[in-house]
Amino acid sequence: MTRVVVALARRALRNALRKPQFLAPLVLMPTLFLAVNVGGLERTTMLPGFPHVDGFLDFQLAGAITQSLLLGGVSAGIAAALDIEGGFFDRLVASPTPRIAIVLGRVLAASVIAAAQVTYFLVLGTIFGAAIKGGVLGVLSVLAIGTVAGTGFGALGVMIALRARNASTVQGIFPLVFVVLFVSSAFFPANLLSAPADVIAAYNPLSYIANGMRQPIAFDNALRPLLEGLAAALGVALGATGLSVLALRGRLGAA
Amino acid sequence: MSGDLRTIGALIRRGLNEILRVPGGAIPGILAPTIFMLGLAAVFGRAAALPHFGGSDFRTFIVPVGMLQGAGFTGAATGVNLARDIERGWFDRLMLAPSPRPVLLAGVVGSACVRCLLPATFLLIVAFALGVDWPGVGALALAALLVMGLAAAAACYATVLALRFRTQQAAPLMQVGAFVSIFLTTAYAPRELLSSWLQTVSDVNPVTHVLEGVRQGFVGDVTWAGTWPALLSIGGLLAVFGTLAVRGMRRQGY
Repeated sequence: MTRVVVALARRALRNALRKPQFLAPLVLMPTLFLAVNVGGLERTTMLPGFPHVDGFLDFQLAGAITQSLLLGGVSAGIAAALDIEGGFFDRLVASPTPRIAIVLGRVLAASVIAAAQVTYFLVLGTIFGAAIKGGVLGVLSVLAIGTVAGTGFGALGVMIALRARNASTVQGIFPLVFVVLFVSSAFFPANLLSAPADVIAAYNPLSYIANGMRQPIAFDNALRPLLEGLAAALGVALGATGLSVLALRGRLGAA
Repeated sequence: MSGDLRTIGALIRRGLNEILRVPGGAIPGILAPTIFMLGLAAVFGRAAALPHFGGSDFRTFIVPVGMLQGAGFTGAATGVNLARDIERGWFDRLMLAPSPRPVLLAGVVGSACVRCLLPATFLLIVAFALGVDWPGVGALALAALLVMGLAAAAACYATVLALRFRTQQAAPLMQVGAFVSIFLTTAYAPRELLSSWLQTVSDVNPVTHVLEGVRQGFVGDVTWAGTWPALLSIGGLLAVFGTLAVRGMRRQGY
């Protein structure tokens, strides 16, 4: 089982790396969004109620990571949908491959890509002047929360692909990535959000994931936001993987 | 000539049929600009308290951004649909048609021009319902013209990528191009509040002129001084990406 999962994950990663131009947007787009946010709204740190940060980049970096990870989930979903459209999925099902490995292989690949995405943003932030206040422990915390969250978003993408069965529909959820981000505190302090985003943000797991990563980047290694972030990421990962497996069973049942 | 027009019309209708046939793919693109407008206003709304916004409400300030986003997303979706047609072989059959390549391109791009009015209309209905001031019929007509022009340019750009990569996996590249060109402008804040690097980029980005052309009806009055740079920018974008797309189409099948 483990060998099959690893083999399928390696295949997914190889396919992704064969066309790096399709991986690039996962980091390129959030990087540009980060640049535009910081470039256009830098002075908002002067607004009353904004927490004291060294710069808007420090604050925004966690939002960019979260956004990138969500896009990674969409990308994982598109890749899974293309496997379905192209017939690879049906050939896998016809083979003696453990069913659950089909989902777990894709999810494992998503987690590897997520770790690379988080690393990219930490390096980028450091180059452009964000000092990771939490030091090495902080970097490891951000990596842990980000990788687990990215795994969950990848599983969500796979789940949607299994239900939709075509890449166009999975692609269509791309704008929804921004919806869930906008109703979280990923980009701006929760106390400065307008209603009803401020209320929804309090219940949005993305708020906790972003805050968990932001704490060691912009502030310190305070335990509570870190644990909340990790718990939210774990919840998303476990829940989404479970839903993917259910979607797979549903699809196999329908076939 | 009338045969060419019939071909263009048929391709436009086919593009519009996508909305009904694959609603799961089309509806998010229609909703996205409104979601962005509402989301950005909810997240960054307090930024309007900063000087240079001139007292305008942040939601009003970014409605034009949403309209251009709708155009950009629609243009990208046109490229994704074309890539799907290429993957499934429909495009190869289209290439066998006795129509000139530019006519086929005009049909594909024309569907983007019409489709982009859907997200813009939905956005405006929501925006007016939420209290954004009515800019006037003339300003809206100008905005529609500019939005359709940008959708056509974005569709040409996405067509170039679809013909180059021949797979739907190129979709993020199509979307990023449209997204970036719209946000590296005065989208979020007046020029005076932008960082120096973003001021420089927005000054040379032709989409900034398009955005300001659409925005002038919402924030201030429509003037010729604010209109001609927008029209010139649209013309330039269409000339560049249209030429590249026609060249890409002509290379097909050889």
